[in-house]
Amino acid sequence: MRQVTAKPKALTNAPFHYCPGCTHGIIHRLLAETLDEFGLTENAIGIASVGCSVFAYDYFNCDMQQAAHGRAPAVATGIKRVRPQNFVFTYQGDGDLGSIGIGETIHAANRGENITIIFVNNAVYGMTGGQMAPTTLLGQKSSTTPTGRSIGEHGYPLPVSELLQALPGAAYVARTTVTSPSQIRITKRALAQAFQAQIQGRGLGLVEILSTCPVNWHMDPVEALTFINEEMVAQFPLGVFKDFDEEVARDGK
Amino acid sequence: MRIKGRVDVEPELCKGCGLCVAFCPRKVLALADEVNSKGYRIVAQVKPEECNGCTICAQMCPDIALTVWRSGRSKEAV
Amino acid sequence: MTTNAAKLMKGNEAIAEAAIRAGCQAYFGYPITPQNEIPDYMAKWLPKAGGVFLQAESELAAINMVYGAAGAGSRVMTSSSSPGISLMQEGLSYIACAELPCVVINMVRSGPGLGGILPAQSDYFQAVKGGGHGDYKLLVLAPATVQEAVDITYASFQLAEKYRNPVMILGDGLLGQMMESVTLPKVESPPSPPDWATTGRQKGKPRIINSLYIEGDVMEKRNQHIFAKYAHMAEDEVRFEKYHTDGARLLVAAYGSTARIAKTAIDRARAEGIPVGLFRPISLYPFPNDALRKAAAEARVVLTLEMSMGQMVDDVRLSLEGRVPVVFYGRTGGVVPTPKEILKELHRVWENRA
Repeated sequence: MRQVTAKPKALTNAPFHYCPGCTHGIIHRLLAETLDEFGLTENAIGIASVGCSVFAYDYFNCDMQQAAHGRAPAVATGIKRVRPQNFVFTYQGDGDLGSIGIGETIHAANRGENITIIFVNNAVYGMTGGQMAPTTLLGQKSSTTPTGRSIGEHGYPLPVSELLQALPGAAYVARTTVTSPSQIRITKRALAQAFQAQIQGRGLGLVEILSTCPVNWHMDPVEALTFINEEMVAQFPLGVFKDFDEEVARDGK
Repeated sequence: MRIKGRVDVEPELCKGCGLCVAFCPRKVLALADEVNSKGYRIVAQVKPEECNGCTICAQMCPDIALTVWRSGRSKEAV
Repeated sequence: MTTNAAKLMKGNEAIAEAAIRAGCQAYFGYPITPQNEIPDYMAKWLPKAGGVFLQAESELAAINMVYGAAGAGSRVMTSSSSPGISLMQEGLSYIACAELPCVVINMVRSGPGLGGILPAQSDYFQAVKGGGHGDYKLLVLAPATVQEAVDITYASFQLAEKYRNPVMILGDGLLGQMMESVTLPKVESPPSPPDWATTGRQKGKPRIINSLYIEGDVMEKRNQHIFAKYAHMAEDEVRFEKYHTDGARLLVAAYGSTARIAKTAIDRARAEGIPVGLFRPISLYPFPNDALRKAAAEARVVLTLEMSMGQMVDDVRLSLEGRVPVVFYGRTGGVVPTPKEILKELHRVWENRA
């Protein structure tokens, strides 16, 4: 028999600390596979954010910087501006990117920074124990919305990809998920295209990946996948919101 | 020749989340009663003869705890 | 500018030119008065010198761009003024813990709150006691003239790299806005990125720039390691100026612009028979404790002058450990004391000495 699956070389040997069934692990693997396939592991500089993925610097087998809460796009900007020859990516959650760091996110996108953002949206603050995130669904219970998120009190779930789509500096914006092998393949393709945006100097690439938090959703891991497919996707539709390649085709360049 | 597969489980990486069990199209895998040093029930091949090495379990595993092997006529690794 | 002849330059612009000549490779900042001539100058001249200028969306973003660029091994700086420096405290805390070198210019204006745009020294505590959360310090240098600001700025990048710690240059609106004759230093090339910097690991092991240490004993070791550097700073980086301190029975302690104004008053007071001298700390952290104690050896009284409600006076008292009475005179809110009012204060203190 021959081995047909293997751990990507862009991951270290450190076991993930994530809770059972949390799909951060799948997303880490896909990002690492993409780094391997582009041959970028030795060149890349990654930025870990604050939240469950804070320890990403222990997992990716490339140079890494850990950023203050929400500031990863600013840190990435600083790195990319002084080292344009390096591939620079951030890995951020919804609290980090969509709440405390929405300013840095929008301005990095609006400047068209040549960086790649992996945005993991699980509709909750995982690390701190399941508080409401900017992306928490209407009616969804969290430790700070014990009776469910309501429009009157908390406003609407934040549509990050739709917001960034409006910015000319954003070259590639897609929302995907990892709830099945086919969705995993779509996510992989989206990551590759977001990498291309940076490699070709087109501007910011962002892949928003709907991800589970079984523990804070109080669901088993399989139920959590169903929750994404049935509830989250209704609020956060999947798809490619913007692709520089399409613009090239449309403009006839 | 029929394609045969095998799933190796790294017991200390498995967290018993059950995603591989739920997605295995041939019901090869199940959670065993055995637990690892962290106290997680680990996954095991209960119908190893059914495995065709499709790799779906490994794709759905968040912890890279599974390694898939395959023999016979097959397409490239996913 | 390439010649080394003396030039008439505004403080802020002279600092920016000194930074470029020191091999600064990147500047990230956000507009705020009274330091806007620094980003303006940098925007015009740094790219011509091969560096990166970027106006950030906020001071929060600016200091985190500094973090990223410093972590990637670039010689980098920012500048701001009091309210903007407040916003940078989070990043400075991370930078100090992650041991990254950078230079921060703080042209202090009056506060608290939005305060005013006039000169002040009311951010002494914020500058020298850490400023953000956690146990850390900045190396803080306070020039009193435009030439000294140039020399300190030029030296500050290498100091930051020597200690892998942020260096803050603490000025005020007066220093930033006044024009003086300066001689500029020669142009220096920046060094290659150090081994610890994230430049793409190539065949080596991954480098990690980080300030997260979950385990208590590991975090404690990090703190002890950082403070061991500060002990070295206290030995090697103490800077001060003494002016007529030999035999001074009245010793004035003042820094920056205030010290400069005090000199004029001290000259007049000495002409009027008061045995007064000036001790001017240049390094505010590390504070020149021993030197101040020696300078005050014969003093009957020490007068601390500041453009604040009294901040450095605490460090003066801690240095002197109760050996000499310490009194304070300050103006604040952007009001700059005149030589005349300081002279009056010198008389009052001298005549009321114990």
